[in-house]
Amino acid sequence: MKNKILTPEEKFKRMVRIKTIRSFSVFFLLIAAVFFIYHWTINQPKEDDAYSPLRKVMNLNAKVFARGYNNPSLAKEFPKSIATHRVRVNGKYGLTSALDTSQWRLKIIRFSSLTPLPSDTITISLQEIRKLPKTEVVFNFKCIEGWSQITWWGGVRFSDFAKKYSIGTRSNQVPDSKNHPEDIVNYCGLSTPDGEYYVGIDMPSMMHPQTILCYEMNGQPLPENQGAPLRLIIPVKYGIKHIKRIGTIFFSDTQPPDYWALQGYDYFAGL
Amino acid sequence: MKKLLGKHSLPVRIFHWINFPVIFIMMWSGTLIYWANDVYKISLANRVLFRFYPESVYKALHIPFRLAEGMSWHFVFMWFFFFNGLLYFIYLIFSGEWREMFPKLSSFRDAWLVLLHDLHIRKKKPEQGKYNAAQRLAYTIIFFMGAGSLLTGLVIYKPAQFSYLTTVLGGYEAARFQHFLLTIGFLLFFVIHILQVVLAGWNNFRSVVTGWEVKDDKSVFDKEDLNEK
Repeated sequence: MKNKILTPEEKFKRMVRIKTIRSFSVFFLLIAAVFFIYHWTINQPKEDDAYSPLRKVMNLNAKVFARGYNNPSLAKEFPKSIATHRVRVNGKYGLTSALDTSQWRLKIIRFSSLTPLPSDTITISLQEIRKLPKTEVVFNFKCIEGWSQITWWGGVRFSDFAKKYSIGTRSNQVPDSKNHPEDIVNYCGLSTPDGEYYVGIDMPSMMHPQTILCYEMNGQPLPENQGAPLRLIIPVKYGIKHIKRIGTIFFSDTQPPDYWALQGYDYFAGL
Repeated sequence: MKKLLGKHSLPVRIFHWINFPVIFIMMWSGTLIYWANDVYKISLANRVLFRFYPESVYKALHIPFRLAEGMSWHFVFMWFFFFNGLLYFIYLIFSGEWREMFPKLSSFRDAWLVLLHDLHIRKKKPEQGKYNAAQRLAYTIIFFMGAGSLLTGLVIYKPAQFSYLTTVLGGYEAARFQHFLLTIGFLLFFVIHILQVVLAGWNNFRSVVTGWEVKDDKSVFDKEDLNEK
């Protein structure tokens, strides 16, 4: 082989080619990395129907955006006059079985570090709940699907209710978010009487001043398809957490199961 | 004689190529979310001209019934979008490269001349520099659109916690519409951007990967000659 003497132009071309190949090698490696990250992610085991790396970040997001006990952000409230009269009905889970409203009682299971005893359960009638101070909230109800409606609800503030019945604390004393936040349990679980629909909610959101156990809509008794006799209204969460026809409420330091969170949705679903 | 001339700094190339897959994932996962309540359409006198999006588009892209999955991707990659954009902005300011990118006063007028030239209506080649007037405008606008997507997205994500911002943007529904509109803007930008890259040719495209362009020394002289006239 003859050693070819390169002209300056050929030398230049060769240098450009080498530099180009070098840069593009890095570039293609980066592209490969992107595909690798994607495939690695979708090949991870699923955690409650979400790819586990994504689920971990979702849970982290909940911490990043968590509201404090003493300085809760309020959902914007509106005048009653602009609340819609055609309130959307979405989801019949837990509402399909027959229910005798007159026989309905709200079942509360007090917090217990062991398996709760029968004596830990209290039952409360709607009449008793109606006797407690009424709170009304008119807010933009947001469905996780993306639609929203300004709606008007009435009922008892959950924090008032919890104080009245001394629930939501580890000591089963009156909850005091300001002075004894450490006594308040981590989570509240709620389910329909037939157990078909159930949600888990962090206690700071349950004790939020706009969270109500609701028995009225637009100033009228709650309609059956909106969860009569009692539903949850929790403006700082998506609609999936506003459980209709509440049967049981319990308290726990570990996350109670949540219907939609088990199907890939964010557990906290906070707004 | 030809030589290599530096064009794009390494940080800018990194920001650009991280942004590309990130925006792609954000748009794709955003479409998975949007599907669950796809209310936007273009109508004229009660006649729907175009629905975002037609069923065929959804089907082709396997969009239906993936809301939860869409949200899980969207709220992970929002962090990459945010930090990449933030670092890009900080870099532009501190490196002084913003001078080559942000529009000059003359850019607003000259951008039209670039447009006319690109559409083959005007013959005279507009002043190029690193970016021409139209590029300066486009790249600056797209940057602020990114910031807009972030803010409108924040309002949709946490409207109660960012209630002040929610009010500023005109409410939750308004923010959702703005977020969607910005995405359509990104799509349009993307189409034109790709088209321009293809038209500009290999040397230009290569520079976004390698950092340099091959330039004729002669062309440099030509430019100087022009300046003297």
